[in-house]
Amino acid sequence: MGGLGNIVIPTGSLLGLGAILFCIGLYGALSKKNIIMVLVSVELMLNATNINLVTFSRLGASPNIDGQIFALFTITVAAAEVAVGLALILAIARVRKTTHVEDLDTERH
Amino acid sequence: MIAFFLVSLAILACAVALLSARKVIYMAISIGGVFIGCSVIYFLLGAEFVGIAQVLIYAGAITILIMFAIMLTNHESTEPPLKWTARNVASALFSFLLGATLLIVIRSQVWPQGDPNTDINGGVSNTMAIGLTLFKSYVIPFELVSLLLIAALVGAVVLANEREGR
Repeated sequence: MGGLGNIVIPTGSLLGLGAILFCIGLYGALSKKNIIMVLVSVELMLNATNINLVTFSRLGASPNIDGQIFALFTITVAAAEVAVGLALILAIARVRKTTHVEDLDTERH
Repeated sequence: MIAFFLVSLAILACAVALLSARKVIYMAISIGGVFIGCSVIYFLLGAEFVGIAQVLIYAGAITILIMFAIMLTNHESTEPPLKWTARNVASALFSFLLGATLLIVIRSQVWPQGDPNTDINGGVSNTMAIGLTLFKSYVIPFELVSLLLIAALVGAVVLANEREGR
């Protein structure tokens, strides 16, 4: 165990940081006009959940490393999600010449 | 302890800068700040491998990928100035209410404090412990995730490919 892991950080503060970051990401995803910004806000929400997973990894009756492994899976899935999402955005931008969500409310082009 | 609050402050400042950035390219830089701050949090929690993976995947790959997407689409695009439309007010109100509820619930609980002297790695280094657990208990999810990654890779190539037939 590295020396850095020995610092005591209050659990409530870590959970609060995750909650605030999640809500900032939620507000961005709901209110932003540019579709890339919406995608980035979703990434912010995924990061908030990762902080919670790593926090809870140290707690419980038998603290083990499962939470960190879950965080690694989340990071992988987020990478896959961002690759497909950006490919979709590129395809949309090529066909419709726009990246604003409000121009994307019809199914025809 | 002090480091944790400084890093949290930096993360939240970067996130707010992300929300208020007018040009989309500035937003890509501030999201990099958020990702690096999160990796510092993981280091402080003793999760070295997750922190390194965060720097490599998020701050390295995903930020660059987002910048590429911005450059390939409309890189001059700016976010219009904030107007208090019904949608913005509703989303701000909803996010604020959710955040307030979460924070009240978190404050009202007594959380167990992780004992910093427990060795969650089982006597080996963090990376080794993660590898052992991954290949002992989580083999099937690991293989499924590799399948997911290859599917996403092929899908991204197919989607972004320019179709000649149109």
